[in-house]
Amino acid sequence: MAVDAYRDGAQIALGRLASGDISLRLTGDWRLRSGLPTPASFQELLRSQDRLQRLVVDASGLHHWDSGLLAFLVGVREACRARNVDFDAGDLPAGARRLLTLATAVPERQGARRSSAAHGFLTLVGDETVKLWRSFGGMLEFLGQATESFGKLIVFRARFRRSDFVEVVYECGAAALPIVTLISFLVGLILAFVGAIQLQQFGAQIYVADLVGVAMAREMGALMTAIIMAGRTGAAFAAQLGTMQVNEEIDALSTFGLSPMEFLVLPRMLALILMMPLLCLYADFMGILGGAVVGVGMLGLSVTQYVNETIHGVGLVDFAVGIVKSSVFGVLVALSGCMRGIQSGRSASAVGQAATSAVVTAIVLIIVTDGFFAVLTNVLGI
Amino acid sequence: MSSASDQSPQTGDAETQAEAHISVRNLDMAYGDFLIQRDLNFTIRRGEIFIIMGGSGCGKSTLLKHLVGLMEPARGEVFYGSVDFWKASAVDQLRIKRQFGILYQSGALWSSMTLAENVGLPLGEFTDLEPAEIRRIASLKMALVGLAGFEDFYPSEISGGMRKRAGLARAMALDPDILFCDEPSAGLDPISSRLLDDLILQLRDSLGATIVIVTHELASIFAIADDSIFLDADTKTMIAHGDPRVLRDHSSDPKVRNFLLRGELGAQAATEVGGAAAG
Repeated sequence: MAVDAYRDGAQIALGRLASGDISLRLTGDWRLRSGLPTPASFQELLRSQDRLQRLVVDASGLHHWDSGLLAFLVGVREACRARNVDFDAGDLPAGARRLLTLATAVPERQGARRSSAAHGFLTLVGDETVKLWRSFGGMLEFLGQATESFGKLIVFRARFRRSDFVEVVYECGAAALPIVTLISFLVGLILAFVGAIQLQQFGAQIYVADLVGVAMAREMGALMTAIIMAGRTGAAFAAQLGTMQVNEEIDALSTFGLSPMEFLVLPRMLALILMMPLLCLYADFMGILGGAVVGVGMLGLSVTQYVNETIHGVGLVDFAVGIVKSSVFGVLVALSGCMRGIQSGRSASAVGQAATSAVVTAIVLIIVTDGFFAVLTNVLGI
Repeated sequence: MSSASDQSPQTGDAETQAEAHISVRNLDMAYGDFLIQRDLNFTIRRGEIFIIMGGSGCGKSTLLKHLVGLMEPARGEVFYGSVDFWKASAVDQLRIKRQFGILYQSGALWSSMTLAENVGLPLGEFTDLEPAEIRRIASLKMALVGLAGFEDFYPSEISGGMRKRAGLARAMALDPDILFCDEPSAGLDPISSRLLDDLILQLRDSLGATIVIVTHELASIFAIADDSIFLDADTKTMIAHGDPRVLRDHSSDPKVRNFLLRGELGAQAATEVGGAAAG
C-alpha cells in the first residue's frame, strides 16, 4: 500500500480494510499553521487505486485538528464524487463530522460564482472601449446638469444653503493662503535664480524683474494656483461627495426632491470660480516678491529699481490673461472634483479612487487648457 | 391572499382600486445585465403598514430604491395613485417625491449639519416658515423620537440607534404621505427596536400615512404589519403576498413558513422545496 509522508505533522496514507474497502488514514497534527497535504497529493494516491468504490476515513491516528482538516476533507469528498466513489466519514471526530455536514448544508447558489476565465485581447479592448464611452457619456451628462444648475442660479431659482457656500468659500479661499504663499514665493525665487544666471552673463540682470513679473502674471501664478487647488480642494470635493454617496446622504437629498447638483455641486463650483482669480492675483504678487528677494539680495538691484522695472515690464494685459485663465482653471478643478465625487462608487476604495481621479483629471485638463490658451493668446497677439 | 398562487391583488374590484396608494406592475429590477427580481406585482393600500421581507441579498432594499424613484425599473411600472412615476413629467415626479419620507438603513443624515438642521432642512426648503418656527418644529419632531436636547449635535457625535431615530425625525419632517423605512430596527437593541415599532404605529394611526418597511425582524413584522410580500433570491421573484401572520400558519410555500417560523422547519427542507412554489 502506498504510504507517503508529505510534511511533518499531517500525513495521509491509503490502506485496505478487512471489509475490502479502501481507508484514508489521517495521522498527526492537522492544523492550518503546521502545514497540510495538498488535495493534489491525495488525488495522486487515488489514481493508484483501480476499481475503487468506497473510501472510509480512518482518523484513529489523528491528534489535533482545525478547519485545515475540513478544507482537505471537502476536497477529498469532491474528488470522490467526481470518480463516483462513496465517501464515508468513518471514525472522524464528532465535531469535524458536524462541520463537514454544515459546510454542505446549503447547496451552492447556481450562477453565483464569478468566472475567472481569462478574456481574450479583443474582449478586453472592447470592454475598455465601452467603459471609456460610458464615462465620456457620464462626463457630458454631468456637464449638462452643471450648466443647467448655473442657469437656475442666474435666474435666482437655485436651491442651496448660504452657510454651505460661505464655508466652501473659506475652505478654498482663505484656508488655502498659506500653501499658495509658500509655493508661489518659491516659484518666483526659482524663476529669478534661473533667469539671473543667464542674464548676468550679459550684464542684463535688471531684466530679472521683467522675467519674473511676466512669467508669474501670465503663466505661473494661474498654473501653480490651479495645481495646488486641484490637489487640495479638488481632491477634498471628490472625497466629501464620495463619502456622502457611501452614506446615502446624496440619495437622501434627491429623494427629498433636492437636486444634489444645486445643493452640493453648485456652491462648490461657485466658490472655486470666485476664489481662484483672487488666489491667482495673490500668487502673482507673492512670486514677484520672491523674485525681488533674489534681485535685491543677490543681484545687487535696489528695491526701487526692481519695482520700477516690474511696473514697466508687466502690463495689465498680462495680469488679465492670468486671471482669465485661473477662472477657467477654477471651473475645471471644481467640475472634475465634484464629478468624480458624485460618480464615486459606494465603498472606501471607490472614494479613494474618486479623489485620485479628480486630481488626475483636473491636472490633465489644466495643462491641456493652458496649451490651448498659449496658442490663443499668440494668435490674438496679446 | 395567503400564498404564491394568488398574489395579484391589483386587478381587483373598484373599491380596492380606490384605496390603492402604490401599485407595482410587472416590475423587473436589474443592475445592468444582472437580474435581481422579476415580475413583481402588488398593491399597497392607503394607510396600511406594508412589509417587504425576504432573506439577505434578495433585493429588498433595491425594491425600495425603485419605489422611491432612485432606480429606474428594467421593465414594468410603479404607480402612485393613478400616476405612472417613470412616465410622469419631472414636475410631477418631484411632486410625488415630496410626499415621501424615507428612513435609510444607516440614517443617512447630512454629516455637515446638526441634527436640528437635518430635520429643519426640508422644512426650510419646502415651506415658508420662519427660521425660529422651523427650529421649534424640528425640536418637536426630535422630541417625538426621544432626542430632545440633541438639536445641536452632529451625526458623528451620536450613537447608531440615535442616528436612526434622527433619520426618522427627518423623514417625518414634512408629515409625509408615505413613509419608507429601510431596515429600521436592524442594529438596535430589543427595547429601542420595540419603541421604534410603537412610533411607526402611532405615526400611521395619528397621521394616516402609508408605511412601507423593508425588514426581516420577525418581532417587528408580526407586531405592525398589515400586509407583506416575500422576495426570494433563488427564484428571483416574490413567492408570497399577504398578512404575515396568515402566511406563517397557512402559506403553501415551506420556504415562507420556515422564514416566518425562524427556521424551525430546518434549512435543508426549505431550500430544497423553495423553487417549486414560485409563480
